[in-house]
Amino acid sequence: MIREFTVNELWLLILAARWTVLLSAIAFVGGGAGGFILAIARVSPRGPVASLAAAFIKIVQGTPLLMQLYLVYFGASLLRLTSDAWTAAALALTLYASAFLGEIWRGCIQAVPREQWEAARALALGYPSQLSSVILPQAARIALPPTVGFLVQLLKGTSLASIIGFTELTRAAAVVNNATFRPLIVYAIVAALYFILCWPLSLLSSHLERRLEQAGSRTVAFQF
Amino acid sequence: MDYVFQFGVVWRDFPALLLGAWLTVRLSALAMGLGLIVGVATALAAASRWRALRALARVYVEAIRNTPFLVQVLFVYLGLPSIGLRLRPDQAALLAMVINLGAYATEIVRAGIKAVPAGQLEAGTALGLSSWQLFRHVVWLPALRAIFPALGSQFILIMLASSVVSVISAEELTAVADTLVARHFRSFEVYLVVTGMYLVMCLAFQAAFAAIHRALFARWRAV
Repeated sequence: MIREFTVNELWLLILAARWTVLLSAIAFVGGGAGGFILAIARVSPRGPVASLAAAFIKIVQGTPLLMQLYLVYFGASLLRLTSDAWTAAALALTLYASAFLGEIWRGCIQAVPREQWEAARALALGYPSQLSSVILPQAARIALPPTVGFLVQLLKGTSLASIIGFTELTRAAAVVNNATFRPLIVYAIVAALYFILCWPLSLLSSHLERRLEQAGSRTVAFQF
Repeated sequence: MDYVFQFGVVWRDFPALLLGAWLTVRLSALAMGLGLIVGVATALAAASRWRALRALARVYVEAIRNTPFLVQVLFVYLGLPSIGLRLRPDQAALLAMVINLGAYATEIVRAGIKAVPAGQLEAGTALGLSSWQLFRHVVWLPALRAIFPALGSQFILIMLASSVVSVISAEELTAVADTLVARHFRSFEVYLVVTGMYLVMCLAFQAAFAAIHRALFARWRAV
């Protein structure tokens, strides 16, 4: 029995976007925490800690997100932890976001001029205070635009959770399409919904970047 | 844990996986080449003097960059037949990849053109070069040098992203892996090995691009 594509179906898709947003939010918060730890580990003066973090980042960035989802999903069920797509998707996307945010933030920490570290050391601050009171506040300013930019990548990435069976926006599209058999309109609407979620973030990211560039050029003019 | 890992079935079918890896590389390279052409064309449109063309280029780039690749693949494969464009899975996968890459390549090409110092363009114009001559003799080599690293990482990104086209059973590494999983029910083992293969491919291409970059552009550094 083929259903018509009506306002009800549209509403179903819009409601499914909630899960896309929620999954992105969870992965972003979890990835934020993981990424913070990774970034700190990556700039750590302790060699092995830094290499371990670097290896994790390299592996995650060098393999497809889909494979990471599969490994977490099938691995968790082998370990009898959970066979729930929701948990597996949240966990895999958290690891994914950790690696990317860790790498982005490492770059931002290292973009803070070396003299700032030296100045902090000259003030007899210990390593933790050098980081927390001198370096991180400056790194955070640089980090904002690429972090917002990554949020777009993460939002789009959650669509892959549909492949392991988590019902978010893309999965809902398949469900609605199977009932109505109107693939063109269904996938156009789904694309439009993703666009509505992502575009404002993209604009915000490039706006922040421009503002930072202007602020940067002012500082350069000042430095002489 | 009472699960016994069995990698034996994976090694037996390893030649199939190697073929899958080759298909992934070929598909990505083809998509990269065509996507770059689309990217250059769109970058030219974005710099056009006609407003409508500029707007069109911008709509294309923004629409693609703000929607998931998976949705683009499904739209091409499932959606386009409704308007009479029926494609085989591998054609649909290639088309979706080219459309996707075209948008990202546009941004890369634009950045490359911007990287050519304004003074050199002015000098070229002052010498009476036509815009084609300007492009041919002044713009394209420095632009290529500026964007080479970005093109390299874009190739690796599309190679990793191409695993998604397995959902429409286009032939590549992940689709081969899916077939093996369906045959042996050893999902974790198969995907673990395949993940390792992607990692090796990624590292190998990174090293290769770095070597090519050094070989092509090293002598310029003295200039």
